[in-house]
Amino acid sequence: MSVTSLSPDQPIDLTTRPGRRRRDTAAKWAFRTAALTTLLVTILIIVTLVFDAWQFLSKLSESESGLGALNEIGWFPRRGLFDIGTLVVGSLIVTGIAMAVAVPLGLGAAIYLAEYARPGVRRVVKPIIEVLAGVPSVVLGYFAIAVINPELVVRLFSGANKAFTLAAAGIGVGVLTIPIIASVAEDALRAVPLSLREASYGLGAERMQTTFRVVFPAAISGIVAALILGISRAIGETMVVAIAAGAVGGGLFRLTPLEPGQTMTGAMAALGFGSDQVAGNDLAFQSLYFVGLLLFFMTLLLNVASDWLVNKVREVY
Amino acid sequence: MAFTTPATMGGASARSITEGLTKRGADRKGKIIEGILVGLLGLSLLVLLTLIVDLLTSSWSVWTTRPGDFLTTNLNSQSAAQAGVGQAIRGTLILCGIVILVAFPLGIACAVYLEEYAGRSWFAKIIRINVRNLAGVPSIVYGLLGLAIFVQAMSGFTGGRTVFAGGLALSALVLPIVVITTSEALRAVPRSIREGALGVGATPWETVRSHVLPSAAPGILTGTVLSLARAAGEAAPVLLVGAATGLLRTGNQSLMDQLQGPFTALPVAIFSYARQPGEDFRSVTAAASLVLLAMVLAMNAVAIWLRNRYERKW
Repeated sequence: MSVTSLSPDQPIDLTTRPGRRRRDTAAKWAFRTAALTTLLVTILIIVTLVFDAWQFLSKLSESESGLGALNEIGWFPRRGLFDIGTLVVGSLIVTGIAMAVAVPLGLGAAIYLAEYARPGVRRVVKPIIEVLAGVPSVVLGYFAIAVINPELVVRLFSGANKAFTLAAAGIGVGVLTIPIIASVAEDALRAVPLSLREASYGLGAERMQTTFRVVFPAAISGIVAALILGISRAIGETMVVAIAAGAVGGGLFRLTPLEPGQTMTGAMAALGFGSDQVAGNDLAFQSLYFVGLLLFFMTLLLNVASDWLVNKVREVY
Repeated sequence: MAFTTPATMGGASARSITEGLTKRGADRKGKIIEGILVGLLGLSLLVLLTLIVDLLTSSWSVWTTRPGDFLTTNLNSQSAAQAGVGQAIRGTLILCGIVILVAFPLGIACAVYLEEYAGRSWFAKIIRINVRNLAGVPSIVYGLLGLAIFVQAMSGFTGGRTVFAGGLALSALVLPIVVITTSEALRAVPRSIREGALGVGATPWETVRSHVLPSAAPGILTGTVLSLARAAGEAAPVLLVGAATGLLRTGNQSLMDQLQGPFTALPVAIFSYARQPGEDFRSVTAAASLVLLAMVLAMNAVAIWLRNRYERKW
C-alpha cells in the first residue's frame, strides 16, 4: 500500500462525500424515533386504560345499580356485580401466600449464594435458579393444580377444596417469585464491599455474625427492593391464578385461602378469555380496563419504590 | 503501650483460644445456620426437580402412544385423544418471528440511542425511566393494550384477532427487556473502541455500525434470545388478544390464511387443556407443558452458551 505524501503546498481536502453526513443524520433520527416508540407504548397503555376505565365508571353510574355495584357482595361481572374489593382481597391473599413461600426460599438462596457458597457451587447452582426463572407461568399453573393442590394443600389442610384453592395458586406464584427475589437480593449482598466483611472478621466475628449483623444491614435497602419487586410480580402474575384459583365466572367475597377465589389478574383473564362473548361495549367487558388500571397503578407504585431503593444502594457503595 | 501477647489476655492461654477456634464443633450455631440456608436453597431446587419429574411421568402415556400425532394434531379441547399441539407450536413460532421483526430492531435502536447518542439529556432521562417502568408492567396489561389498540383500533392493519395483533402485543411486552439488556451490552464496550473510530474520522453512525455493534453483538444476542424465550412462554397477552382456546380447524390453509385467521399459541393451548377435567387431559397438559418448557429452556441454554462462548473481558 502506498502512502500519500503530504506536502505543504498541496492542501488536504477535508470535505467528505455528502452521503456520509446524510446517512449519519438519518441514522440518528431513526434511533431517536425508536426511542420515542417506547414512550408511545407507555402513553397508549395509560390512555387506553384511563379512557376505558372512565367509560366503565360513567356507564355504571348511569345504570340502574349505579356506582354502588362496585361495592356489592361479590365479583360477577356478567350479572352486574362489580365488587372490586373481592378481587383486591383475593389478590392480597395470593400475594401474601406467595411471599410466605418466596421470601424465606429466595432470601435463603441469595444469602447462601452470596456469603456461603464456594465459587464452584455457585457456578452450578446459579444457572439452575435461572432455569427456574425461565419456567413459563402456565406450566406452573398446571403444576399448581396437578401437584401443589392435591399433594400439599389438601394433605396439610383436610378441609381444602380438592380441585382449586387460592392457597395452591399462591404457592405457585411464590415459586415463580423465588428467582426474582433471589437474584435481586444476591446482587444487593454482593454489592456490599469486601472491606466491611474483612473489618468484621478482623474484629473476630464469625461468618454468621458477619452475614447477619454487617452484610445484611448494609444491603438492607436492596433487599427491601427485592421484596417489593417480588410483591409487584406476584400481584401481576396472571396465568397461575387463572388456572389454579378456580373461580371463572366470578367469585364471592371470601377470606379463606382454602377455597376457590378470584384475583384482579384472574378476573381479567377470565373476562378476556371469554371476550368473544362479552365483546362490544357492554359493562362486563369494560370492567376489564377498570381492573387493569388499578393493577397498573399498584404495580407502578411498587416498582418505583423498588427502583428508588436499588438506586440508594448504588449511591452508598 | 506494651504489646500484650494472647498468652496473658484475660487468663486464657494462647493454646485454649486456638483450640476454641479450630477444634471440631467450633461455631456450631454457624453450622446450623449454614445448614438452614442450604436447606432453603435445596427446597427451591427440589420444586424444580418435582416439576420436571411430574411433567415426565404425567405425560408418559402421550409420548408412548402417539408422540408424532400429538406434536402435529390440532387444538381440541373436547377430546383428549385427539388433542395436539401442532397449530400451537406453529402459532408460537410465528409469534416469535413477529417479535424478532418488530421488538428486536426497535429495542436495539432505542438502546443505541440511549447509550451512544443521548448522553445525559432530559429526553434520555425520561426514556430511561419510562423503559424501566415498562419492564415492570404486568404482562396482562399488555394484553389489554393489544385488545384495545392492535385488535380494535388498528383492525384495518392487523385484521382483528389475528396472530399479528398477538405478535405486536408480545413485542410491546419484550421491548423494554430488549432495551435494557442491549444497553448493558453497549455499556460494556470500552470508550477506547469508539474513540479509535471517531479519531480516524468515522461519523457516529459509522462508529456504531462497524465498531460498537459488532463488539456488543454477543451481549445483545444473549439478551434478545432471553427475551424471545420470555415471549414464547407468555400466555396472558395472547389470551386477551383472542387466541383460540377451544377447537381450531385450520386444515390445509396456506401460510397467509393462517396469518390472517384465528390463531393459537403453545401457552394458550396449555391453559385451555389445563382447564379440562380428567386424567386424559392431565397427561395432554403435561405433554404440552413439557414441549413448551423444552422450547423455552433450549432458548435459555443457547443464551447462556452464547454468553460463555463469546464473553469478552476488555
